[in-house]
Amino acid sequence: MSVQSPISSVNDFVVRFANVNGSGSASANELFARSILRHGVPVSPRNIFPSNIQGLPTWYEVRVTEAGHLGARGGVDLMVAMNPQTWDKDVASIEPGGYLFYDSTKPMPTSKFRSDITVIGVPLTAITNSTYTDPRQRQLFKNIIYLGALCALLDMDPKLIEQLIGEQYKSKEKLLSSNIHALHLGRDWALQNLKCPIGLQVKKSDKVGDRIFMEGNSAAALGAVYGGATVCAWYPITPSSSVAEAFTSHCKKLRHDPETGKAKYAIVQGEDELASIGIVIGASWNGARAFTATSGPGISLMTEFIGLSYFAEIPAVIMNIQRAGPSTGMPTRTQQCDIIACAYASHGDTKHILLFPEDPAEAFEFAAQSFDLADRLQTMIFLMLDLDIGMNHRLCRPLKWDDARQYDRGKVMTAAMLDEPGRDFGRYLDVDGDGIPYRTYPGTHPTKGSFFTRGTSRDRYARYSEEGAIYADNMQRLVRKFETAQDMVPRPLQANAAKPTKYGVIYFGSTSPAMDEAIGLLEARGHQLDRMRIRAFPFHSSVASFIADHDFVYVVEQNRDAQLRQLIVNENGIDPVRLVPILHYDGTPITARFIANAIGDHQDHLKVTPLRKAVS
Amino acid sequence: MTYIAKPKFHHPGLKKNELGYTHRDYEGKISTLCAGCGHDSITASIIEACYELSIEPHRVAKISGIGCSSKTPDYFLGNSHGFNSVHGRMPSVLTGANLANRDLIYLGVSGDGDSASIGFGQFAHSIRRGVNMTYIVENNGVYGLTKGQFSATADRGSKSKKGVTNTDNAIDLVAIALQLGASFVARSFSGDKSQLVPLIAAAIRHKGASFIDVISPCIAFNNHAGSTKSFDYVREHNDAVNRLDVLTGRDPITVDYAPGTVQVVEQHDGTRLALRKIDADYDANDRLAAMTFLQKHAAKGQVVTGLLYVDPDAEDLHAHLDTVETPLNTLEGKDLCPGSAALEKINASLR
Repeated sequence: MSVQSPISSVNDFVVRFANVNGSGSASANELFARSILRHGVPVSPRNIFPSNIQGLPTWYEVRVTEAGHLGARGGVDLMVAMNPQTWDKDVASIEPGGYLFYDSTKPMPTSKFRSDITVIGVPLTAITNSTYTDPRQRQLFKNIIYLGALCALLDMDPKLIEQLIGEQYKSKEKLLSSNIHALHLGRDWALQNLKCPIGLQVKKSDKVGDRIFMEGNSAAALGAVYGGATVCAWYPITPSSSVAEAFTSHCKKLRHDPETGKAKYAIVQGEDELASIGIVIGASWNGARAFTATSGPGISLMTEFIGLSYFAEIPAVIMNIQRAGPSTGMPTRTQQCDIIACAYASHGDTKHILLFPEDPAEAFEFAAQSFDLADRLQTMIFLMLDLDIGMNHRLCRPLKWDDARQYDRGKVMTAAMLDEPGRDFGRYLDVDGDGIPYRTYPGTHPTKGSFFTRGTSRDRYARYSEEGAIYADNMQRLVRKFETAQDMVPRPLQANAAKPTKYGVIYFGSTSPAMDEAIGLLEARGHQLDRMRIRAFPFHSSVASFIADHDFVYVVEQNRDAQLRQLIVNENGIDPVRLVPILHYDGTPITARFIANAIGDHQDHLKVTPLRKAVS
Repeated sequence: MTYIAKPKFHHPGLKKNELGYTHRDYEGKISTLCAGCGHDSITASIIEACYELSIEPHRVAKISGIGCSSKTPDYFLGNSHGFNSVHGRMPSVLTGANLANRDLIYLGVSGDGDSASIGFGQFAHSIRRGVNMTYIVENNGVYGLTKGQFSATADRGSKSKKGVTNTDNAIDLVAIALQLGASFVARSFSGDKSQLVPLIAAAIRHKGASFIDVISPCIAFNNHAGSTKSFDYVREHNDAVNRLDVLTGRDPITVDYAPGTVQVVEQHDGTRLALRKIDADYDANDRLAAMTFLQKHAAKGQVVTGLLYVDPDAEDLHAHLDTVETPLNTLEGKDLCPGSAALEKINASLR
C-alpha cells in the first residue's frame, strides 16, 4: 500500500461523531459545532439518527467550511468513533489520509485499523473513571473530555468553548465549573500525550458575520408566532414534532398577556392527525389563524379534510416536514417526496398551494406569509420543509420583521359592510373577478351574512345544489382563484451563469446549499448553468419562460419519481424531454459532489465529437 | 326540500321571548328528511330550547358531521353559521371553532354512525378535553342515508328491516361519556319533547362538555317489530330517572314541583336545574352511581332517560389552557406579533 500523507487542511474538513443514541453526546457535539462558529468559521452540522430512543447508533457530522458551503459534503476527514457497534463501517468511511479518534482504554487489535489513516487513541474511559464515580457523570463528562481533546488536536481556542459553556450554564455554577474542569482534563491529556495539533486545524476567521444558527422547525414555529397563529393542533410525528414544541416554547415567552398572564394562543395535542387538521379547520372557519405540523403519513391521513378546505374554501396552514416514504419509510431520513401528494391532495379535482423554503430564515418568512396567503386565498397552504432543514442547525441570515407590516385577513365581510345599502353577500360569489369570494365569521350579524358551510356542491349563495352548471361554475372559479395565487406566492429566484449557456437547472428547498456549491464544481469542469430556485406552487410564468430559454433544464430533487418535474410537465404543458431529472433519494441530504457528478457526466456525454472529425 | 323557500310571514300575535324574538326567528330551512323522522322532533326541541333561553340566534355555531342527523343544522337557527363538515369529525371541527371564539354557543349535532363508528375517537377525545359544547347524538341505531345498515349503537339481537339479526355488541355512548368525564350527561327520546327541551336548555347553559343521547326512531329503516330503537319499543322500555326544569336567575324560585323529591343543582352561570325525581334514589351529582344505575337498568332491558349526571363546577378546555378572555379570533397584529425588537433579541441568542 502506498504511503498516504495525512490530510492537511485549515477550516475546511468534515468531522463525524459516531455515538450511541441516548448517551448524552448530542449536547457535547453541538457545543463543538458552536465553538467553531465562535472562531468565525462557518459550520454545517447534521444529525444522522435512527428511529429509536436509546441504544442504536447515531451520528453527528460537522462540516467545517470557511468557504461557507452549508450542504452536506460527503466523506469524513476525522472520525470520532465512540460506538463499538459501528466501528468497522465508521473506520471504513474515513477518507484516505484522514484521522481516527477513539477511546484507547481497551487495546484494539491492529486489524481493526487502517494503515492509510492517522489513529489517535485517548483513554477516555480510564480518565473518566479515575475522576468520576457517579455512572451518569461518567457518561456525560466523557463527552466533554473528548471535546477537550479535540480542542487541543484541532488547535481550537479553549476560551471560546469555556465562554459557550458559561452561557449554557449561566445560573448553574456547579455544572459550569465541572464542565470546564472536564474540558481541560481532556485538553491537558491530549497536549501532554499527543502530537498537537494534527493536520486539520481551526483558525480564527471572520466568515460568520451576523448570521444566526437555528433549526428550521423552530424558525417555522417562530414564523407562526409572528404571523399571528393563535391555534395549533398537532399529533407527534418525526420529524415535525419539534415545530409544535418550539411553537409552545416561543408562545410561552412571547404570547402571554403581561397583565393577566393568560395565553393568547391555544395548543392542542390531537388524538391523531385527523383531529389535528379538524381543529385547525374549525378554528380557521371561525376566524382564527391556525396551523398544524406533520409529516408524510400525517398528510395521508389529513387528505379528506384537505379536500374540504379546498372546496369549502377554509383557510388553513399545514407545515409538512418531509421524511423518506412511502408508508413508514425511513422516519428519520430526509427527502422531498410529498410534492405530488400535497399538490393534489384529496379526492376529486383539487390543487393546493405549496411553499418551498430553502433554510430557517426563509422558513420563518414563509411561515408568517402562509397565514396571509391562507386568509387571502381562503384555502390550504402547505409549508414544505424537510428533515434536513427542520431538524438541523443551519447557519442563515438573521430573521427580520417590518413593524409596519399588517396582517392581510383577506376578504372578510363585517357587520357594517353587510348593512351597507345594496350590498349583496354570496359566500361563493366572485365579485372581483379574481375567483376569491367574501366570507363572514360566525356570529357577525343578527340577520345577515350567515351561511351553511358544507363539503357538498352549492350555488354562489351557499345553497345546496347538484345542478351540473352550478357545480361547474364553482369549479371554474376555483381554477381562477388558483391562477390569482400564482402572482401572490413567492416568485422563483434566478441566477445566470458567468458565461452564456444553453443549459439551466431548477431546484428547490433544502437542495439549495448543495446546488450553490455544485455550480462552482461544475464551472471547474467547464460546465456553465443558469439557475432557477422555485419557491412556490402554482408556478410563476417565469418558470415556463426559463425552460423555453434553454435547450434543456436539469431538475434536481430529493425523491425517486422526479415529482417536481412531473408537476412542471403537468401544469405547464412542458415537453418532458426538455427536463432532465437529477434524483437523490437514499435518505441522506443531497451533496454538491452528487449534483456535480450527475450533471457533469450528463454534460460530458453531450460533447460528441463531430462525425467528420472522428473519421478524418 | 331546501330549495323551496319557507314562507316568512307569521301571525302578528306570535309570542316573543325576552329579546323580542319569536319562535320563527329560531327556525331554519324546510327539512328534507322523511316525514315523521325523529330527527325533526329533535330539531323542534332545539328551536324551543333556544327560544326559551332567549339566545341571540346568530350567536350559535351549529356544527355537524355527515348523515341524516348531520343535515339537520340547516333546519334550525337559520341566522346562525352552520358547518356540515366531514363524517365523524364534528368534534374536532367544533373544538377548533370553540378555541377560536369562546363567546359563541357551540351546538354539535351528530348521529350514531357519525359518533359511535367512524367518529368514535373524536367523540371520546372532545369529551375528555371538556370542550364547552352541547353534543347531541340523534341515535336511531341505523344508517339511514345509505338505506338501513346497522350502526354500532344497535342492540345485539335486534333485527333490521330486512330481517337480519345484529350479532355485535352495542356501544352505549352515555356510558362512555360518563366514563370519559363529560360534565353533563343525559339521555332522552325524540318523542318526549317535555323531557328533551329542558335537557337541551340545561346543556346549553352548562359550561363544559354536555352530552345528550337522543333516541330517535328511523321511520324508514328502524321502526319495525324486532328493532330496539322503534317508537313502540322505546315507549315501552323508557325509564325516566327525573324530569327537569331549567330556572334562569330571573325566574322566581318557586316551581310547580311534581310529587317525589326534588334535587336542585345550581350551575356556574346561575341557572338552577330542578330535577323532579321519579326514582327517589337517583343522585345526579354522583358519577359512579350513575354508571352503576345505567348498567343495572340496561341489564334489565330498560332505557334510562333524564339527566343522569351533572357537575355544576366543571371547567372547560379554555380554563385548562388558561386562554385570555378575549376571543382569539378578535386578537390583532398588535396583540399577537412580538415585533422587530423582540426578534433582534432572538437573533442575538442564536449566535
